[in-house]
Amino acid sequence: MPDITFIHFDGTAEGFEAPEGVSLMQAATGYGVDGIVAECGGSMMCATCHVIVDEAWAGRLAPPSALELDMLDSTAVPREATSRLSCQIPLTAELQGLVVRLPERQV
Amino acid sequence: MNAETPAGPIVIIGGGHAGAALCGALAAAGLGAQVQLVCEEAVLPYHRPPLSKAFLKTPDEKLQPHRAEDWYAQQGIALQRGDPAVAIDRAQRHLRLRSGKTLAYGRLVLATGSRARNLPHLPASLSNVFTLRSAADAQRLRERLHGAQHLTVLGGGFIGLEIAATARAAGKAVTVLESAPRLLARSVSAELAEHVLQTHRASGIDLRLGVAVGEFEFDGDRLASLAVDGRREPVELLVMGIGAAPEHTLATEAGLPCENGIVVDALMRTSDPDILAIGDCVAFDESYSGRRLRLESVQNANDQARTAAATLQGREEPYRALPWFWSEQGAMRLQMAGLMPTDPAEGKPYRRDGANAGTFSLLHYVGERLVCVESVSAPLDHMAARKLLETGKSPAPEAACDPAVPLKNHA
Repeated sequence: MPDITFIHFDGTAEGFEAPEGVSLMQAATGYGVDGIVAECGGSMMCATCHVIVDEAWAGRLAPPSALELDMLDSTAVPREATSRLSCQIPLTAELQGLVVRLPERQV
Repeated sequence: MNAETPAGPIVIIGGGHAGAALCGALAAAGLGAQVQLVCEEAVLPYHRPPLSKAFLKTPDEKLQPHRAEDWYAQQGIALQRGDPAVAIDRAQRHLRLRSGKTLAYGRLVLATGSRARNLPHLPASLSNVFTLRSAADAQRLRERLHGAQHLTVLGGGFIGLEIAATARAAGKAVTVLESAPRLLARSVSAELAEHVLQTHRASGIDLRLGVAVGEFEFDGDRLASLAVDGRREPVELLVMGIGAAPEHTLATEAGLPCENGIVVDALMRTSDPDILAIGDCVAFDESYSGRRLRLESVQNANDQARTAAATLQGREEPYRALPWFWSEQGAMRLQMAGLMPTDPAEGKPYRRDGANAGTFSLLHYVGERLVCVESVSAPLDHMAARKLLETGKSPAPEAACDPAVPLKNHA
């Protein structure tokens, strides 16, 4: 049950203990983190679950698929180097302490 | 809603996408404590699209709830699960649930969705016949599909084809029977329908168009066979994907005007000032096409929920969202932005190749106006198309279809 932290665009941090076996997006929406919209529920059809992964963590995640990279090109605010779609990040115990930032907006 | 908006609970009937989205929007506005959600299904509100795909494919795949159970309690939202509303008393402003419980409302939102159509002359509760709407339907179908060799799908619409593709990918023999001369008749262009047909046939699905289906034979509580163009064919499992009807019994019985859905205005208001309606169950004047429509899509449910949330807070934000839609059929990812014109002859399609081989979009113009873009595994073009349509941009077809220029550059 990894502890994960979301840093909102205004700098405030929100952290909680997330379940394993779900995506980062599902953990966020399940818990009610403001700033993840996830319109399509994780089908990679909407690019509204955009997060910017903390530098220390970016390289520790499985790399994005070609489809995810395409969709990252369509986020509401331009993607950054460590941007990901949070629906494509499965949560495991190894992600204990994961930190991601939220973009200014999702739509 | 006017200045004399009554206090008292906001009761939402329906725990589908629209109802769940409205809970989210009202909670974000700090109104969770006023909200009661009445759900027919006993499970927490969940995402429906996976039911025809990942959930059906993988034996132990779980339902995906929109929110954790804790979230509702933390927001102060009261959940009535597995106890549907059975009657609305508009004069008294309360509703009666199946258990006999009554709930008072200050404002009521109907988000009752749609129901899968059944064939009228087929007996109910046949053990090998299925529709797919609810989690319970999907669980039942999944269990039976696991050990089956052959699946017959009645109906070549989105649901039928998604289920067919999922079953085929799991190694089942699949037959799809469509009575119309083409697939997806209500929703996509003839060109796209043809592409979809070829793709499914190439995967080994026995797909038959323009067939007359009838004369069922039964064996106890099983459908044993049916006649297809007069020839008897055995059935192991049958799924009906023959469309969905809006669920508006409560509204009709309460005297609210319904015509292919509960009639609402651009603020999601019914003829009763204290009752709104959203999602699959609603008929509304769609702003891009100028037609009165009922849309069955996640986008429509989500966006109408947002409009309703504004209305409930006394803000007028007329519903103007661009319709968009997706369907995953096996490896094929169909995405639609905008709506096809009612009369196919009105529109002219232009093909734009996608970034990868075999991927493409069809850009549909009425005169010089771009009205609809259908994309096949071309997500960048779909996302760009949504922007173009939302902002009313219509790049000339030749320019729009030049693969050297990203579609988003035309925005």
